[in-house]
Amino acid sequence: MAGGMFEQALVYLAAGLVAVPIARRAGLGSVIGYLGAGVVIGPSALGLVNDTESVLHFAEFGVVMMLFLVGLELEPSRLWRLRAPIFGTGGMQVVGTALAVGAVALAVGMPWQQAVALGLVLSLSSTAIGLQSLGERGLMHADAGQKSFSVLLFQDIAVIPMLAIFPLLATAPVVEAGAVDGPPGWQLALQVLGAIVATIVAGRFVVPPVMRLVARTGQREMFTAAALGIVIGVTVLMTRVGLSPALGAFLAGVALANSEYRHELEGDVEPFKGLLLGLFFMAVGSSIDLALVGEAPATIAGLVGAVVVGKVGLLWLLARRTGSSPAQAWTFAISLGQIGEFAFVLLAFCAQVGVLPASVTGPFVVVTALSMAVSPLLGALDEKVIQPRLAVRAVSGREVDVADDAPQVIIVGYGRFGQIAGRFLRAEGVGVTVLDVDADQVDVLRKFGQKVFYGDGSRLDLLKAAGAERARVLLVAADDHAKVVETVHVAKRHFPHLQILARARGRTEAYDLIEADIAGVFRETYDTSLRVGVAILERVGRHPHQALRAARLFRKFDERSLAEMAAVRHDETRLVTTARERIAELENILKADHEGESELRDSGWDAEELRKAAQR
Amino acid sequence: MARVLVILVHPTLHKSRINAALAREARQVVGVRLHDLYAAWPDHDIEPAPEQSLLAEHDVIVLQHPFYWYSSPSLLKEWFDLVLTFGWAYGPGGTALRGKLMVSALSTGGPAEAYVGGGERYALRELLAPVDQTAWLCGMRYSVPFVTHAAHRLDAAGIAAAAARYRATLEALVDGYAPPTLRAAPTDELGALVAREGRV
Repeated sequence: MAGGMFEQALVYLAAGLVAVPIARRAGLGSVIGYLGAGVVIGPSALGLVNDTESVLHFAEFGVVMMLFLVGLELEPSRLWRLRAPIFGTGGMQVVGTALAVGAVALAVGMPWQQAVALGLVLSLSSTAIGLQSLGERGLMHADAGQKSFSVLLFQDIAVIPMLAIFPLLATAPVVEAGAVDGPPGWQLALQVLGAIVATIVAGRFVVPPVMRLVARTGQREMFTAAALGIVIGVTVLMTRVGLSPALGAFLAGVALANSEYRHELEGDVEPFKGLLLGLFFMAVGSSIDLALVGEAPATIAGLVGAVVVGKVGLLWLLARRTGSSPAQAWTFAISLGQIGEFAFVLLAFCAQVGVLPASVTGPFVVVTALSMAVSPLLGALDEKVIQPRLAVRAVSGREVDVADDAPQVIIVGYGRFGQIAGRFLRAEGVGVTVLDVDADQVDVLRKFGQKVFYGDGSRLDLLKAAGAERARVLLVAADDHAKVVETVHVAKRHFPHLQILARARGRTEAYDLIEADIAGVFRETYDTSLRVGVAILERVGRHPHQALRAARLFRKFDERSLAEMAAVRHDETRLVTTARERIAELENILKADHEGESELRDSGWDAEELRKAAQR
Repeated sequence: MARVLVILVHPTLHKSRINAALAREARQVVGVRLHDLYAAWPDHDIEPAPEQSLLAEHDVIVLQHPFYWYSSPSLLKEWFDLVLTFGWAYGPGGTALRGKLMVSALSTGGPAEAYVGGGERYALRELLAPVDQTAWLCGMRYSVPFVTHAAHRLDAAGIAAAAARYRATLEALVDGYAPPTLRAAPTDELGALVAREGRV
């Protein structure tokens, strides 16, 4: 290594910090920034880092984490709902592209094993680039977005069998001891099966109680430690039995997708994944052999062009065959028209297990990187030129399936207060996601089949994971008032589109929330107390309709005075006067209402005025 | 330019076909303000003051509602009771509405023939007598009504045609069109008049 570990780390961090903002400013994704930074600091340019091999090896752990997160997103029920687009459209895409690429490879004289491997590798698209660009254009819920998501999901799953079958396609002697040198035959199969079953069983039955214990300690870093522990544990287990760690992490993710700790785990693993993937992309960038491009620029350019045009064409045909409009088909095809980041892993893996020779993987690593660099440019072309031509009309009305997973309402705090609102909203068919910090409570509620997650709603990452970017309403109903205020402020700052409603215990708490200027403040016992008042009024002989109307008047008036007093509450003396004035005024009004002399509201139902006029 | 207020009164707008379509159309006419009464007072707890200032700000008051039981949804009756108050809308000093135009925009389940009167039936004009009288007491002119008959049987094209008729009517009212009163033209229908006479 050039310099010690810290110097290397500094070079990587600095390069990322410089390149990513530049790339984003230029309208390209962060992936391009990382790749570019990698190229610049890599051995074939400035040479600030070397030994990229071992960095790449370390950073691959980011990919493992990514698959863990993909698994977490994949609730079995969601997978089932999307089965047709995922396996139909996704399957056709992977098989179709692999066949086309394979046929070309055979035609230029590659052995069939290599043709198959290359076809499968090139069939993958970039999740990072595809979903990011669609999200930025607000198209995730359009037909193109939904299809892209399904296809990418299928590809993510397809990677796992690919990792399993590539060693069987080996045509060259194995370079490094890999999956093949374990005990042969039934013993190996048994080990593999055992590891998979162990992962799923542990994810379902061992991890949740452990997480519950961790949650009770109330220490944040214990959660982070537990989350990393799960991922690393699975990785170690899978490597021991000679399976891909990515597969294990994915399975662990799926096993935990239904767990109440899903959002918490996501929040904890996400930053590590982000950093490690960034490092991974930089390592890939620095491993790009610029000399290769320099030697045969025309060949490389031709390959990039052929791959991108071929992929976009096939994707376009596929979209049209599965019922997309031409406009949506173009967006879909261009979004997925690059080779994905998994290709880096798979190409390295292919070289390692001897499926593809370095003379093939070398250029294709470069081609993959360049196809990813071209992709955002094509996206701009689609947005600025193709879509206007096709005069695309926004898809309206019908909600798409994927959107079902995005809650309309997030409830933070699911005690006595939040629960009633939540149950009512669910009964009315509104999508609700709940966050609560009481591990036992969450546990009980989940036993009754409710969609409740463990987590502190004042944490930005958790709100984000719960879907705050797309939700419409946030109800902050936590018991702890300081937490409520904190959550309100975090949500207001980061999700300005959210309509925030909050629970207050009494007037003083209500003042804080009125000051925060949110959509609604609700005092928790207010309505019940008033209803008791109405019930008592009836029992002392007041007519029920009149009792109810008196309570409504009382409430309206009281809410108005609450808002006025919130405005002056930092001024002690004024507060006292205002409060006194209000109480006097309220008494007068209620008295007047009772005596039938109120001109405020019900005079049309009151013959008194007419009688008086008649007497004059 | 007349300032037109459409007071929409429908308790189940989400299930309505014709009134929802008419309301959508009304929202798009420049110079028309749509006031959804059931949205403003979901608990039937009408406050007179804001309703009165809304009325004072407009020249033409359109009451748009289904003709439930030869009358209106209950909230409109309550609105009449509580908003058109003694000393404001009628009686000594009650001049706030004087000179304004009131229009009923009705939808009926029955066909037009069910409202021509004769025999044991009453004509639409007779059924509207209470509203006519209310407008008269408040010093308002009460226009011939805008009516969509047999609303349940309309297909999509029929609804679209009714919506277009409504739009033309509202635009004419904004332009200052002064329709005949119900008293003067007891059998006329406002939408047809606008279509026949064109805009003023």
